[in-house]
Amino acid sequence: MKRMTRDELAARVAKDIPEGAYVNLGIGAPTRVANYLPVEREIFLHSENGLLGMGPAPAKGEEDPELINAGKEPVTLLAGGCFFHHGDSFAMMRGGHLDICVLGAFQVSVNGDLANWHTGAPDAIPAVGGAMDLAIGAKQVFVMMDLLTKTGESKLVDKCTYPLTGVNCVNRIYSDLAVIDVTPAGLEVIEMVEGLRFDELQGMLKVPMTLKVAA
Amino acid sequence: MVNKQVATIQAAVADIKDGATVMIGGFGTAGMPSELIDALIDQGARDLTVVNNNAGNGDIGLAALLKTKRVRKIICSFPRQSDSYVFDALYRAGEIELELVPQGNLAERISAAGSGIGAFFTPTGFGTLLAEGKETRVINGRNYVLEHPIYADVALIKALKADRWGNLVYRKTARNFGPIMARAAKSTIVQVEEVVELGQLDPEVIVTPGIFVNRVIAIPRQSVAKAA
Repeated sequence: MKRMTRDELAARVAKDIPEGAYVNLGIGAPTRVANYLPVEREIFLHSENGLLGMGPAPAKGEEDPELINAGKEPVTLLAGGCFFHHGDSFAMMRGGHLDICVLGAFQVSVNGDLANWHTGAPDAIPAVGGAMDLAIGAKQVFVMMDLLTKTGESKLVDKCTYPLTGVNCVNRIYSDLAVIDVTPAGLEVIEMVEGLRFDELQGMLKVPMTLKVAA
Repeated sequence: MVNKQVATIQAAVADIKDGATVMIGGFGTAGMPSELIDALIDQGARDLTVVNNNAGNGDIGLAALLKTKRVRKIICSFPRQSDSYVFDALYRAGEIELELVPQGNLAERISAAGSGIGAFFTPTGFGTLLAEGKETRVINGRNYVLEHPIYADVALIKALKADRWGNLVYRKTARNFGPIMARAAKSTIVQVEEVVELGQLDPEVIVTPGIFVNRVIAIPRQSVAKAA
């Protein structure tokens, strides 16, 4: 069995983003998805600080401190891109205008609850940003994460133990071991990495799931 | 003749009172009105409530204001950043109160204040810690949380250009909270790189109409770069 690397996973997510989609890529690993979107496919990247049509990082020396993404990194604007204020930006998110958002996660529950903003640790300084708006606002919420924590515990859970970002909002989980849909009937595994058997996956995750039968 | 341009930055912030709620534009340092914040520090108002997306970066601008310990409370969505050490230390020492608000709720609460909306139901945050104790309602089968406006005495924002009537255009992603904060405060004070003659701003591209602006101060770009 071979786990997917972060970059392989980013490439896998990119495969499912169609031409014409309005997409928000969360801070961290999801940002890498942009590197694997084919140039011939026109996709609109949204950044919640107020731009649509976000391009790649600028060449060294070309950075503009007033042209940044949600992670406060310098970016560029594609021809046809535009700027807008926060009220409009979050209307795009909350109002269901984004087709897809891709987010990282600490935990996802079997009914699609998402926990990704706060560990709840007493000494942690909480920060939420736009995570809660994306979680409930985009038409499809994709999560990118490893299925197990560093200590081997499942991040797919019956009920999240970390504070929630959104309730019943995740549609699909792209992970290092499998791609899993959250459906009204429960979790449905639609792909697994080569060499992994469904019963092995089930054993690791300890949450109820079914294997989608190829049509 | 109406002229909202003031001659000095000291005059721009002179009447900000102790206990005021001050909205400060910017997302990180993009759009942060650093010179206006410095002038507020010199002016000395204390016991302030500050509304911003973040809680300061490094030692400049908002972080420098927090460092004076004249901010009692901050309302923001993302205080914790790699360089938010001034806020982090105050927070851990219990020297600043934090009201954490999801970013879109922050934007909409500011918008609501400026639009005369008494309160609104939003799906963001439903079922989370940040909606605890708040009224909820099911509307068309979906869960919503009741959120209230954030009113401010003063907004300090940064734009690219203004005319003497206070019409504004912005630059790139420095626009962020400027347009919504401008209309939410009783007094909106704007620093711009350039004040142009009436008629020189294309009326089709003016983002903030002057009705939402009280004072304008010109801070040329060169000195902005030097200050940074």
